[in-house]
Amino acid sequence: MRRTQGAAYLFLSPWIIGATLLTVGPMAASLYLSLTDYDLFDPPKWVGLDNYLVMFTRDDRFWAAVSTTARYVLLSVPLKLVLALAVALLLNRPRRGGGLYRSAFYAPSLLGASVSLALVWRAMFASGGTVDRLLAAVGIDTGGWVDQPQYALFALVALAAWQFGAPMVIFLAGLKQIPRELYEAAAIDGASPVRRLVSVTLPMLSPVILFNLVLETIHAFQAFTGAFVVSGGRGGPSDSTLLYTLYLYQRGFTDFRMGYASAMAWVLLVVVAGVTVLLFRGARGWVFYAGEER
Amino acid sequence: MTRTGVWHVFVVLVLLVLLYPVIWLVSTSFKPAQEVLSGLALLPKAPTGDNYAQVLAGVGGFSVWHYLGNSLLVSVGAVAGNVISCSLAAYAFARLHFRGRGPMFGFMMGTIMLPQHVVLIPQYVIFQKLGLVDTFWPLVLPKFLATDAFFVFLMVQFIRGLPRELDEAATLDGCGPVGTFRHVVLPLLRPALVTTAIFTFIWTWNDFFSQVIYLNDPSRFTLPLALQIFVDQTTQSAFGPMFAMSVLALVPIGLFFLAFQRLLVEGAATSGLKG
Repeated sequence: MRRTQGAAYLFLSPWIIGATLLTVGPMAASLYLSLTDYDLFDPPKWVGLDNYLVMFTRDDRFWAAVSTTARYVLLSVPLKLVLALAVALLLNRPRRGGGLYRSAFYAPSLLGASVSLALVWRAMFASGGTVDRLLAAVGIDTGGWVDQPQYALFALVALAAWQFGAPMVIFLAGLKQIPRELYEAAAIDGASPVRRLVSVTLPMLSPVILFNLVLETIHAFQAFTGAFVVSGGRGGPSDSTLLYTLYLYQRGFTDFRMGYASAMAWVLLVVVAGVTVLLFRGARGWVFYAGEER
Repeated sequence: MTRTGVWHVFVVLVLLVLLYPVIWLVSTSFKPAQEVLSGLALLPKAPTGDNYAQVLAGVGGFSVWHYLGNSLLVSVGAVAGNVISCSLAAYAFARLHFRGRGPMFGFMMGTIMLPQHVVLIPQYVIFQKLGLVDTFWPLVLPKFLATDAFFVFLMVQFIRGLPRELDEAATLDGCGPVGTFRHVVLPLLRPALVTTAIFTFIWTWNDFFSQVIYLNDPSRFTLPLALQIFVDQTTQSAFGPMFAMSVLALVPIGLFFLAFQRLLVEGAATSGLKG
C-alpha cells in the first residue's frame, strides 16, 4: 500500500505540478488581478471592484460584445443541432457506403476551426463573393455580408453551423441505442413517420440532445478564430462580430489592460457556469431517461 | 430508380453543397490572379501553379516551409506531451490507491469544462517573466503537465475497461506499479493513445488563440499566423497565394483524416470529442 501510494504520486506528479502552477494558481491570480489595474509592466494597482463597475455601467463595447455573443450563441447552437440531427436521421440506416458518408459529413468539424476556412468564409461572404452572387441571382440584394453590420454575424453563424459533424456523430451513436422493438410497436399501432419521430425518436434521444446542447453552448461562448479572421482582429464592422473572447483579447493583448481582461474572464466563467446549470435545470422538463419512473 | 438509389443521390447532393467551400478553396488556389477576382466559374479556366510557387518562394520574409516547420514542431511537441503526461495521470487515477484521489479526480473533471480565459492572463504573465514569450514553450510545456484534462478522462475510462486480472497477474509475477504500467497497461492503452495523439495534433495544428497570443515574431509564426499576414495586407492580388497557403495548411489535416477517418469519427462519437 505504502509502495503504491508513493508510486501514485510519482505518476501524478506532472498533473499535480500542472494543476497547481497552471490552473489553481492562475485562477487565484486572475481573480486578484481582476481587482487591479495591471498593464504587465508596472506592478498591479488595487482598484477594488472598479473593473467590474466600469464594465457593467460605462463600457459600451463590453455590452456590444455581450449582445453579439448572446445572438451568436442563440442562433448558432440551435441551427447546428438541428442540422446535426437532420443529417443523423438521414444517415441512420444500414446502407452501403454509410461509414464513408458519415466521415464526409464529419470532415467540416475538423476543417472549420482553421484559419484557412475562416478566410474562405471571408471571401465567400464578401461583396461580389459566392453568397452575394447566388442571392443576387434569385433577386435578393444583400451585398457582402461581412462588410455590413446587420449581416456580418450571420456569416459567423453559418461557419459555426457548417461544423455540425461532431454533434451529428454523437446523435448517430445515440440513435443506434434506441431499441428496434419500440419502432416495431409504433408501426403496429399505425404511427406515421412524423409520429414515430416525435413519440419515439426524440424522447429516447433527449439525453443525447441535452449532452450536445450543453457541450455546444459552452463552446459557442468561447468562439474566437472565425470572428478574429473574418474581421481582421477588429470585430467590425461596427462591433457586429465582436465576440466576447475577441473583446477580451483586445483588452488584454492590444490595450494591455490585463486586470480588466481578467475581470472579463471571470464574468465569462460565471455566465457559462450559470447557463450550464440552467440548461440542466430546464432539462428536467424534457429529458427522458429510459427505465426511470415518471 | 429504387428508394436506395434516391437516397444515395440525395445524400451526395447534400454533401456537394456542404463541401462546396472546400472545393471552392482548392479550385481558387489554382486560378490565375485575374480569374480569382472576376471568374464566376468554379473550376479555373487556365489552371496555374503560380500561387503555390509564390508562396513557396516566401511570405512575410520566410518560405512556407519555415512556417510549416514551426507548426509541426508545436504540434508534435503537444502530441508527445499529452500522450506521456495524460497516460501517467490516467493510470494513477484509474488503478492506484492514494490519499486525496476522490477530490483530485473531481477537480480534474471540473477543469475539462473550464474556459481557458480564466487562467490565460496569469499564465501569460508567468511565461513572460520567464522570457518564454515568442518561443514554443508556452504552447508545448503545459501539455507535458497534463493540462488537457479531457484526454486524462478519456484514458481513465479506457483503463477502467481493462480486466483487473491482468494487473493482479503482473503483481504476482513481481511487477510493481511501474512495471505493471509499462508491461501491461501501456501496450493495451494503444487505441486511446492513438486517439489522443490524432486529436491533439489536429487541434494544435488548427489552434489560433494561444498561438496569436504567444507568438509575435514572424520568424516564430506557425502556418495559421502566417496566413494572417494576408488578411492584414489585403491587397487583392494576394488572394490567389493566400488560398494556396490555406490549402497547404489543411494538407496535414486532410492526410490524417484519410488515414484515420474511422478512428476519428468513432472517437468523436463515443466520447463527445469536439472536432
